[in-house]
Amino acid sequence: MAENGYNPTELLICTASRQVPDNTTAFIGTGIPMVAASLAQKMHAPNLVAFFEFGGVGAILDDLPIAVGERRSFHRAVAATGLADMVETAQRGFIEYGFLGGAQIDPYGNLNSTVIGDHDHPKVRLPGSGGGNDVGSHCWRTIAIMPHDQRRFVAKVDFITTPGYLSGPGAREAAGLPVDTGPYRVVTTLAVLGYHPDSKRMMLLATQPGVTIDDVIENTGFELLMADEIEEYPPPTDEELRILREDVDKDKLYI
Amino acid sequence: MKVLDEGIGKLIQPVDLDGFRKSNQSKTKQLVDKRMSEAEAVERFIHDGDYVGTELYGTVRCPMSLVNEIVRQGVKDLRMVGQGVTELDLLLAAKLVKAVDITYVGLEVYGVSSALRREVESGRVETCVEWSNGALVSRFKAAAMGVPFVPIRSMLGTDTFKYSAAKTVECPFTGDPICLIPALILDVGLIHVHRADMYGNAQIDGISGFSAEMARASKRLIISAEEIIPNEEIRKNPAKTVIPYYLVDAVVEAPFGSHPGEMCYVYERDEPQIKEWVEASKTEDGAKEYLDKYIYRTKDHQEYLEMIGVDRLEQLQTMVPGRS
Repeated sequence: MAENGYNPTELLICTASRQVPDNTTAFIGTGIPMVAASLAQKMHAPNLVAFFEFGGVGAILDDLPIAVGERRSFHRAVAATGLADMVETAQRGFIEYGFLGGAQIDPYGNLNSTVIGDHDHPKVRLPGSGGGNDVGSHCWRTIAIMPHDQRRFVAKVDFITTPGYLSGPGAREAAGLPVDTGPYRVVTTLAVLGYHPDSKRMMLLATQPGVTIDDVIENTGFELLMADEIEEYPPPTDEELRILREDVDKDKLYI
Repeated sequence: MKVLDEGIGKLIQPVDLDGFRKSNQSKTKQLVDKRMSEAEAVERFIHDGDYVGTELYGTVRCPMSLVNEIVRQGVKDLRMVGQGVTELDLLLAAKLVKAVDITYVGLEVYGVSSALRREVESGRVETCVEWSNGALVSRFKAAAMGVPFVPIRSMLGTDTFKYSAAKTVECPFTGDPICLIPALILDVGLIHVHRADMYGNAQIDGISGFSAEMARASKRLIISAEEIIPNEEIRKNPAKTVIPYYLVDAVVEAPFGSHPGEMCYVYERDEPQIKEWVEASKTEDGAKEYLDKYIYRTKDHQEYLEMIGVDRLEQLQTMVPGRS
């Protein structure tokens, strides 16, 4: 992708930032979501209200936060509260979008960020849920951002840290999770994916520029549903890349 | 209430509400000078096997001078609640932790914690009980309310629930499944703040994380503060008090107490120092050398700061916007 003038991380950031419209709310976690939210504010969504886990509400993301609790997460914010208020605000239905990541994702969008292998004798101990489970439980629509390969896109995750559609249609509601919530998009280095409205299984919506449908299938460890029309996702624009490189992440912390 | 499902994780700290009330009753309500050194606070209030919690967000407002002193004194077999970055990493690397109620232990932008991996994958940390951050703050909130649990709508349906000590019940009001999160009463809480008076009335600038809930969920509470201010200053603006004095057992004056983490509006985080730890902690030997150099061979927080150096500390202050 280098010949097109952007790297995979820049592609993920630009693609993720386009998923959130203006005048809405989003729960922003550490890493690429922060960069995507800042880019969105400077492009199409100046009134995107960012909620940061430890209490920052509505920051103006002039300077890129590098952690969810640092001063930039409440820079010129409308409120500086705390962790309970943020999670409870999502639990009350105020937060539309939530960004998530993980080491593994399955066809129903369940995410693992806890262990590879058995929980009590793990092969790899990962950080754990953090706010992931809360975001995946309470936000209306969640967007997972992932590199795309067979190790990460698996038929069954080793551990469900954060709920997607669990075992399928109706499973979230049966478990007691808030109704009409759940995974919305998966943004990857190869594709933009969604979920079939009935089966709740992951569905290919668009391929990233220069990527074929076969590339996506080969790098996915389970059977993907196909949208009726699979588009090629528009590449990052010159303006997006310029703002991203010269303004949003001028210190090259992420890109 | 009908119990629908139960996590298989251990409740590694009992929900002893009446014991908590008695402990709270026995605390002095007098305005007494509680200032002391890190060494005295750790020695008096933290014991082998205690259940300890730290309040922070990532590397921000992290009680590092107290944590370093726990490492120095080698208080062991600790049970910890983990929403942690550098502080839990140091305690894990020093092999002082036996069990963790874990939400997130990692290095944020630097990824997975090598110290956590070594300690858990080797089985030296015997127990990991899983929670979400929302569940964690709810556990403190329940203890702060003085009740045995609070209901929440996360955790449900996941392995995070399965490996927690939560329970799902049929809600007696709606009939829907709801997750009950047990109160977490800490033996000792550690909170670093911007300023406090000698009695323990404490103020925090910016976001307040889960300090209000955790302070009220601690049987013993050690406050470290960047600055000690007169009680009269507290009384000028009492709405600013997040932690009132009667919750507090010890007040430690600790300038740069969050180093190598940051303190918003006061100093920025020390990135080279954090990177040094990230690199050193990748191996057991590297971690040990780091602990030797910065903690075991320094006598106290003052000596630690001298090793970091005045120039570097001043530079961290001038990096704060509007202070250069």
